Amino acid sequence: MSGDRVGIIGIGQSAFRSRRDDASYPDLVREAVVLAMHDAKMELDAIQAIVYSLSPDAMVGIGNAERLGVDAVGGRSKPFLRINTGGATGISSVAAAYYHVASGMFDVVLTAGADKVGECGDSQTVLNKIWDPSYERPLPLGTINMLAMSGVRYMQRYGMTEEDMALVTVKNRRHASLNPNAHLRKVVTIDDVMTSRYISWPIKLLDCCPQSSGGAALVLASERYIRDNNLDAVWITGVGHAAETYWMGDRMGTNPTAEHADAYALGRSFEKSYRMAGITDPAKQVHVAELYAPFSNTEYHSIDAARLVARPGDSIPRLRDGEFELGGRIPVNPSGGTLCTNAIAVTAMARVAEVALQVWGRAGDHQAKGVRLGIASGNGGDHQIFGTMVIEA
Amino acid sequence: MELLGRQETWNITYDHALGETASWFYTRIRDEAAIYGRRCAKTNHVLVPPRAFSDETLLPTTDWVKVGPGGRIEAFTMVYEQFNNLPDPPYAFGYVLLDGADTALGGYFKGIDLTDPHQAAKKLAIGTRVMTKFAAVRKGEMLDFWFELEG
Repeated sequence: MSGDRVGIIGIGQSAFRSRRDDASYPDLVREAVVLAMHDAKMELDAIQAIVYSLSPDAMVGIGNAERLGVDAVGGRSKPFLRINTGGATGISSVAAAYYHVASGMFDVVLTAGADKVGECGDSQTVLNKIWDPSYERPLPLGTINMLAMSGVRYMQRYGMTEEDMALVTVKNRRHASLNPNAHLRKVVTIDDVMTSRYISWPIKLLDCCPQSSGGAALVLASERYIRDNNLDAVWITGVGHAAETYWMGDRMGTNPTAEHADAYALGRSFEKSYRMAGITDPAKQVHVAELYAPFSNTEYHSIDAARLVARPGDSIPRLRDGEFELGGRIPVNPSGGTLCTNAIAVTAMARVAEVALQVWGRAGDHQAKGVRLGIASGNGGDHQIFGTMVIEA
Repeated sequence: MELLGRQETWNITYDHALGETASWFYTRIRDEAAIYGRRCAKTNHVLVPPRAFSDETLLPTTDWVKVGPGGRIEAFTMVYEQFNNLPDPPYAFGYVLLDGADTALGGYFKGIDLTDPHQAAKKLAIGTRVMTKFAAVRKGEMLDFWFELEG
């Protein structure tokens, strides 16, 4: 089937919350799988292979928790692989499922996972452990202050203000209020954000994503299978991945390849997925975007990297103008995005799922009008490993 | 129905080997109060903290280059939130491009009043000159040194 397209035929997502005390970790995975199988109108026997989406074990507090997941995805006697690229895990898992089908080896592949970040009282302790033990572990590094430092550089290069950061939160919370699956759904004002306490300057409490629990699953199939079985689908037409140096201090200094203010490798990843999808002018051709941005400031460099604006930094005035609101030129994170829901192992899968629902016209109250082509992204590692997709109706 | 939970703590001790390059770096900090980087002969870039190979060429770095003690701030943040197993707030830290280096080194910024975040942020602005300060008694580790505003 080489050359045929790969479609998404089923989508399952939890209603994400801080905690799910009614469900064990495998219960949450199964919940998403059942939703996706129901959406695909398909029995488990039809699934030929599974890609399991699971980021750091310590976040769920179960070593190699994919072992528990085998039962929750119906993995008996089937090929089963775990993917972990940190925050990008979810989109990397969809990419791996895509490769399974695109290779011609499988016609129907399930990718699924769950996270229970709300049960981990020490997520920044876990994330501090992603730094190397030789040099940087003794520093109080975490993902918040890592991206605060990106924000500081972005402010200096492009003139972003703390009010600009607040505007992202206000927009995404408004979107999330329309999405029943989002975790933080309360509408907030610029003043609410500006008066919330500093966590790591310039990031305040309301510039931060929550710690969410929930699951997600997607069923992918070959175009031939979809046609032969008269199934409905949306299509993955572009897939990209790119990584950059581990060393944050190498993304500054005399002549960095990847500037820490920006999302350099995210831009390279988008270039690849755009080329594959035949997109030459994303600012004109992309209708909707779900961009992984766990802190308000990082939505700006993600919009820049996706080239939804003419040049880096133009995302700031364009967002002020409301271009990325639902109803604007290119809605960005109409689901509320990572800023309102972050169940890390499946967050980037939710980006793909939400864009798929948008181009399918099934996003409900947060549906953008007339969208046929959307993009999704995921960021992992220490702002280091990026995955991107183009999804079309 | 009544839903139950179970609390658990992971407490795992690792005895990490630092390797030849980091060991040499830390012994110089301990014995000389000096910071060194490693130079890649092909790109001529001086990597700080020092690494055994260049990620641009995958060639071994060839020689040690003394850098600093002066430098310029490349990135900073002030942390005001308490996190488990991390220092008590507030504290400021970030990355400094030491004189003679091509990449920036992480460390604490000390001697700055962090009471007003906006005033502190102005003092720590990117490009600000700093000096490396060393503890009188050094163990050979990252916390043996920190940065203070120059002058």
